[in-house]
Amino acid sequence: MALLQATYRDAGPVTVLDLSGRITLGEGSALLRSTIRELLEDQRFWILVNLGDINYIDSSGIGELVSAYTAVKNRGGELKLLHLTKKVHDLLQITKLFTVFEVHSDEVAALRSFDKKSV
Amino acid sequence: MADQKHLDVTLDTQVESVNLAEEMCLRVAEAAGFDEDDCYRIGMSVREGVINAFHYGNQERPEKKIYLAVDLTSDKMVIHVLDEGKGFNLGDVPNPLAEENLLSTSGRGIFLMRSFMDEFNVVPGRTGGAEIIMSKKLPSPDGHRTNNNDKGDHNATPHQA
Repeated sequence: MALLQATYRDAGPVTVLDLSGRITLGEGSALLRSTIRELLEDQRFWILVNLGDINYIDSSGIGELVSAYTAVKNRGGELKLLHLTKKVHDLLQITKLFTVFEVHSDEVAALRSFDKKSV
Repeated sequence: MADQKHLDVTLDTQVESVNLAEEMCLRVAEAAGFDEDDCYRIGMSVREGVINAFHYGNQERPEKKIYLAVDLTSDKMVIHVLDEGKGFNLGDVPNPLAEENLLSTSGRGIFLMRSFMDEFNVVPGRTGGAEIIMSKKLPSPDGHRTNNNDKGDHNATPHQA
């Protein structure tokens, strides 16, 4: 079972958080939480979470994504999702979280969507 | 009924038990002939059942145990997850799809198990805790499951200890 790996990069005013592996109870959820906290402490409030290499999320991971969304929003920022795998897509659909998260399949378009609101 | 198989495992109340339970049940599901999608659903449901026992039932107290049982009958795979907590009523579990709960950071595990399994129920267990009982119909020999979408409100048969 692949553990979660998280790296981030700058794309203009947006931070792209590239995640790979599993976001599950324990280390996966904890790493996502600490990474989001680190980004917010670094004044990075526009965050695009790339889930293209995430092959598994459980309810704990879903909760962590929601928690990240709320934490960023409470700081006046935005957190959006990019490149959902089919399993993650289906999971967000049945849990109705598609109505909460803004989801993109194209990184350039996703970055542009932040530009409109961040300037 | 000659093909009936049974597996019983006692797990410690720790995060590692969640992965262990998932892996064990995945192996049983694969051996039983479930396809990749159904194995994913079964694995996720076991995971959520054990998370429920670990966190809500046993309150993450290491002296308590989680009892996992898997039965392969002639037509379905039945999974039991029993904790040593105080038990709960399904009717008291908030609906995670309700508008006011969408931003909740927890409370989706029961919903996922209900969504992914054919039958799902929670009964008072022999320990006094909650016993989750869920099942999935076995694939037919031609690789297709019948009544795949017939989820309805059926309840799994309670485990006879």
